[in-house]
Amino acid sequence: MSALERSDVARLAVLARIDMTDDDLDRLSGQLSAIVDAVATLEGVAGPDVPTTSHPIPMANVEREDVVEESLAPAAALSGAPEAQDGRFRVPQILGEEA
Amino acid sequence: MTDWTRATAAHMADALAAGEVTSSQLTQAHLDRIAAVDGDIHAFLYVNAERALATASAVDADRAAGVSLPRLAGVPIAIKDVVVTEGLPTTAGSRILEGWIPPYDATVARKVREARMPILGKTNMDEFAMGSSTEHSAYGPTHNPWDLDRIPGGSGGGSAAALAAFEAPLAIGSDTGGSIRQPASVTGTVGVKPTYGGVSRYGAIALASSLDQLGPCGRTVLDTAMLHEVMGGHDPHDATSLREPVPGAVAAAREGASGDLNGVRIGVIRELGGEGYQDGVRQRFEETLDAARGAGATIVEVSCPSFEYALAAYYLILPAEASSNLAKFDGVRFGLRVERETVERTMAATRAAGFGDEVKRRVILGTYALSAGYYDAYYGSAQRVRTLIQRDFNAAFEQADVLVSPTTPTTPFKLGERIDDPLAMYLNDVATIPANLAGIPGMSLPAGLAPEDGLPVGFQLLAPAHQDARLYRVGGAVEALLTPSWGGPLTGLAPELAMTTEVAK
Repeated sequence: MSALERSDVARLAVLARIDMTDDDLDRLSGQLSAIVDAVATLEGVAGPDVPTTSHPIPMANVEREDVVEESLAPAAALSGAPEAQDGRFRVPQILGEEA
Repeated sequence: MTDWTRATAAHMADALAAGEVTSSQLTQAHLDRIAAVDGDIHAFLYVNAERALATASAVDADRAAGVSLPRLAGVPIAIKDVVVTEGLPTTAGSRILEGWIPPYDATVARKVREARMPILGKTNMDEFAMGSSTEHSAYGPTHNPWDLDRIPGGSGGGSAAALAAFEAPLAIGSDTGGSIRQPASVTGTVGVKPTYGGVSRYGAIALASSLDQLGPCGRTVLDTAMLHEVMGGHDPHDATSLREPVPGAVAAAREGASGDLNGVRIGVIRELGGEGYQDGVRQRFEETLDAARGAGATIVEVSCPSFEYALAAYYLILPAEASSNLAKFDGVRFGLRVERETVERTMAATRAAGFGDEVKRRVILGTYALSAGYYDAYYGSAQRVRTLIQRDFNAAFEQADVLVSPTTPTTPFKLGERIDDPLAMYLNDVATIPANLAGIPGMSLPAGLAPEDGLPVGFQLLAPAHQDARLYRVGGAVEALLTPSWGGPLTGLAPELAMTTEVAK
């Protein structure tokens, strides 16, 4: 596994939708690199014959009768929205000029 | 006059039923205590005084009218701010949810209301439960009632400190890698992480969905058992909720209270002790084992060699799941919005302003671990190690009914000591994380005070999945063996706190 560089952190921040200043990148890159080094010790500990565990307790799919149940009223669902209009969440322009 | 804030929840319930005290008196006593000490402790992010008193007086009126009431009706409770509560601000310790008033109740919040327990308020926590000290709360840290300069543990430091400071007799916590047990350990209180799926997580703000579990916190094993039975049980709103009845926690705690451990096999996990564990922690742990042996238990040593890799596996799985779970905090449907010209830029600006450093670190790390080309090397490896850890537990439980270790390697450290060193902070959870990776239940209960610093030491009990009752059976016995030398629950030995007249926020 490769070390995590400052440029990697900048790219990941874009993917994760978190704006980062130069100061943020300076501060977080070193810490993240150390954490990645620490967790990288895992590689190869368990051979490919060991199955993966995604979930600690065996689970089955959950089904129920297809009947109408009470759900959150639209006004309640919108009650915490930064901005709403006509029973919808209102957001700024979705596509930028370059899109 | 009785200081009701010092009573156990079980005693409060009995006194309420016997008419010796009213819920209004109990609730007011706790609100007064919060007003007097929480300026220094900062266990609460929100105090729910008016509605708590309204619940209390309704319970009192029903009791006076002879209405049949649940066992804990009228006993106040504090709720960790990770639990969504209708009408009460819920932030999960994050700036991004500041001022949010949820339009619905988590299932555990509904159960607390159905149990007719006055909700005193919402307790402080590390932001989105990422941390071991509450120092990652966007609203400032909680202070340990045993020493205000020290951490109360985390992420549920607010719930544990509220118990240790006698601001609440019961509290709800959440445990993803030890966030109930580690705060219990460093505050001299009791906390239980149930079997994965044992308590509904509907309405609990998710950190890592394959690890998270809500659980009960108290000052005694019996009190914790009583709250466990209120919280637990199947919930159709949570797809991971177990379809099995709530374990008989209260009956097990009462059985354990005899102090008899004949026929019980206790396995000491070799890898969770020794080097890196503080002398006083080891001493109290060994003394607790001696007491258990004296009460008839058989002590065996077990080995779980894969635990060496548990911390690394956890710090891949957790950030990976958290990076996905936290995608919903984007300034569209609730919470903070930092407006920019497009929605994408709004999201990135909102998350930059709303998330603290630890959240940013883990989201970036999780995004990395899940990215193309690294997925198998990181997330895949961690999931294979998870299987090895489960196998270690299965083998160990062949030899023992419960497994034990110190809950934390050290007593509480000073606030600020590890805040700039994430890896040092993560080491706090080395003994608690394996249970989350395997989905098994665990308890921390007090083992005494470390001789060198006079601070609490926690004793961790682990049981096989679905065997939560064993924790209460053995924990109840250990508590009965240890508490006589302390004159009651360990929290009774905590130093008196300065009383101020500052009104709680």
